[in-house]
This record gives sequence, C-alpha cells and structure tokens, in this order.
Amino acid sequence: MNPAIALATARRVLQQLRNDPRTIALLVVAPSALMILLRYVYDGAPGTFDSIGLSLLGIFPFVTMFLVTSVAMLRERTTGTLERLFTTRLAKLDLLVGYALAFAVATCVQIGVVCAIAFGWLGLDAPAGVGWVLLLALASALLGMSLGLLVSAFAATEFQAVQFLPAVVLPQFLLCGLLTPRSQMVDVLRWLSNVLPMSYAVEGLARVRQGSADAVLVRDLLVVAGCIAAALALGAATLRRRTS
Amino acid sequence: MADPAGAAVAVDDLVVFRGRRQVLFDVSCAVPAGQVTGLLGPSGGGKTTLLRSIVGVQAIRSGRVGVLGLPAGDPALRARIGYVTQAPSVYADLSVRDNLRYFAALTSGTDRIPDVLAAVGLADRAADRVDQLSGGQRARVSLACALVGEPPLLVLDEPTVGLDPVLRRDLWQLFHQLAAGGATLIVSSHVMDEAARCDRLLLLREGRLYADDTPAAILRQTGAPDLEEAFLRLASEQVAR
Repeated sequence: MNPAIALATARRVLQQLRNDPRTIALLVVAPSALMILLRYVYDGAPGTFDSIGLSLLGIFPFVTMFLVTSVAMLRERTTGTLERLFTTRLAKLDLLVGYALAFAVATCVQIGVVCAIAFGWLGLDAPAGVGWVLLLALASALLGMSLGLLVSAFAATEFQAVQFLPAVVLPQFLLCGLLTPRSQMVDVLRWLSNVLPMSYAVEGLARVRQGSADAVLVRDLLVVAGCIAAALALGAATLRRRTS
Repeated sequence: MADPAGAAVAVDDLVVFRGRRQVLFDVSCAVPAGQVTGLLGPSGGGKTTLLRSIVGVQAIRSGRVGVLGLPAGDPALRARIGYVTQAPSVYADLSVRDNLRYFAALTSGTDRIPDVLAAVGLADRAADRVDQLSGGQRARVSLACALVGEPPLLVLDEPTVGLDPVLRRDLWQLFHQLAAGGATLIVSSHVMDEAARCDRLLLLREGRLYADDTPAAILRQTGAPDLEEAFLRLASEQVAR
C-alpha cells in the first residue's frame, strides 16, 4: 500500500467523474427530486415520509455507487487499463482505497445536497442527529461500491453489468424492512433479510428516527462495515495480476 | 541459446497455453540491453503472448523468463518496465495531460510530461480528451504514458500501427534515442519493413521462434536480397521441417 498512489488513483477517478457532468447530475438531482416527490406524495401522512425518507438516504448511495462502480471497473477490465495498472507499482489495495476515497467524496456531495433539501426544506427529522445519517449513508455507499466491484468480474459487457442492478438491489430493497417491518415477515424471508446487508443500514436509519443512538445502531454499522470488508476481499480476489 | 550475460531479458524453453491451445512452443531467446529488438511475425503467431510473459501478466505453463536479473513478474520490476498494449489502454474520458499525470504518479516521474508529449508529437493536444483524438493519436498517448516514468525496459506491442510514414520514422528515431540513453526496447510489429530499423530481430511464427539475430546476419545466413525475402525463406524452411 502506497498512500501517494492511492491518492493519485482517487484523484483520477474523481477527474473521470467530473468530466461526466450528466452522471454527476443524475447522482445529485435524481435522489433530490425523488425526495421532493416523496414528500408531496405523503403530504397527508408526515410520519410515513419521515420513515421512508430516512431509509432512502441509505438506499440511494447504495444503488448509485453500485452502478457507477460496476461499470467503471468493468471498463478498467475491458479497455486494458487494469492490466496496464498491474504492470506498475500500483497494489490492489491502492486501487481499492483509491476508488473508495473517490466514491466517498462523491457520496458526501450527493448526500450533502439531498440532506440539505430533506432536512432544511422538506422538514425531514433525524432525532438522533444528522451525523449518524451521513455515517450510515457513507457505509451503504461503500457497500454498493464493493458489491459493484465484485459483480464487475462476472459481467462481460456494460449491458450485463447494468442487469446486475435489479438482481442485487431489488431483493434487498424488498426485504430490508422498508415496505414491511422485518418482524412481520414469514420466518424464511426474515432469515433471508437477516443475511442481507442493506437490512442493517435501513435498521440503523430507523434507530436514528427513533432518536436512539444506541448499541443496536453501532452494531448495525459494524455489520455493514463487515460486509464491506468481505465484499472487498472477494472483489480483490477477482483482480488478477497474472491471467491466462 | 539464451545467454544471460549482458541480456536484459532471457527466455528459456517458454511454454504457454491459452485455454487448451498451445501458443508458445519452447521459446528461448536473449534480448541484449541498450538495443532496439524487433519481435516480428504474422498476427496470431504469439507475439503479444511472449510480450505479456516478459511483462509478467501472462500465466505460463513451463520455462523461465528473466527480466533485468529478476524473474518476470517480480514486484521489484514494476517500476522498471513500461508496457504499451496493442489497443491503447488509457482513460478515454480524461485529457491527455491528466492521463500522463496519473501514470507519472504511478512511476514517480512528473516533470517530464511536456518533454514526453513533445517526443510523441502531441504537445498541442495536451488539454484535449483522449476520446476526441484519432486512433493513431490515442496510440501515442498510450506510448507517452509508458515513457513518462523513464523505465529501463520498454515493451511496446505494435506501437506504430496506423501511423503515417513521417510519424513512424520519428517514433523509430525516438526508440533509438532511448536505446542510446541506455534503455532496452522490445518492439513488436507485423510489418516487415520495420524490421530493418531494429538492431536485432526475433522472428516468431505459429508459436515458434525461427530467428534470433541481427538483420545483417539474417540476410547473410539466408542469402536473401532483403529481409522480407529472408523471412519467406526462413518460413518455408520451417514448414519443410
């Protein structure tokens, strides 16, 4: 691990993002617009907006970073830049840390704007503190990034990479407790929900809404962090210096 | 056949399979330091696989590849090899300058960006995005990204494909300047008229090496009037064997 190389990689990934204004607009404008839409869809039920709105702050970064990373890493693999990088001093960890840093910055911009609109204008409330929301949003962004990195190894084209989005995201979305409380699911689905990492990000955000920054919230964050580490380790195993 | 003394790259009995297909058959050769060695032969003959083995990204079945006194793929070699793949492997959504900055950061040389851009004839395109350049210009960006770290060994896979004759001549001059400065260059090509520009030639066909000598020696040995004819005679000898 060489910090200068990891930083140079983060800078390069951010430059690529900056050169793509349409993606930046989609990263920031789409979640903001959805949040505003949600606020007025639940105009008569402010409690519902509070619970769904907060959960979405954990789901947006997951979905967008999953998509951006899987396509970006697939491009590195297919255009030969990854093979070229591996003939240089760059270590696998430099590449992973570089991507993580760049997408953490992108997530801060995304979540910063969405939070400013949601908390400042739409009246969303986070009794346990906005800091926890940011932390959980960052964790779910990094989770999306590490899973995106992993699936990029199994896609041959960008078209296939995009197809992984519904396969990876929709089951987690249905089972994370946003649509039905997890305690009311049949046993099998609840077990399934227990092993899917997004459930813990959403549960953490529910704790934030209840105003309790307690041990459960910390445990949820640790579970998500563990899943990030596991997905990154698996993803790193798919990055090979020597190939046949 | 391979003589490690004075050789930048020594290959011994290299066998490589890609999938079930054998691509290299007991290839042995020695690439002398400080010279331009041409790797010539038809497409599909194993040139890229041999270069990948030298760079250390190719999984090999058997044999040995030594590079600058170390086994190929040794981590200590990573700062010392510049590799240019056949398809330009640079970031199309970044400017020429940003690409060079990134690859310079990976090799620790940054002050040379203007010199390198001038050397490949792209000084006036530094601010342009790579995806706005022509194919030949992209290939030169890719080459520049390998030159920026001043590596002692440059492995270039068909760097002059699709370039006009003037540019090709300029690049070959650049290759010889780099060799005169002490660098070792291995340049692949499937265009035989580039053979005469090399100090030394490796001829690879259907995964077998059938010449490893200077252009003059190859002409002498075959009695051919030019290198193209010499290759034809060597190839038919190989078929006859």
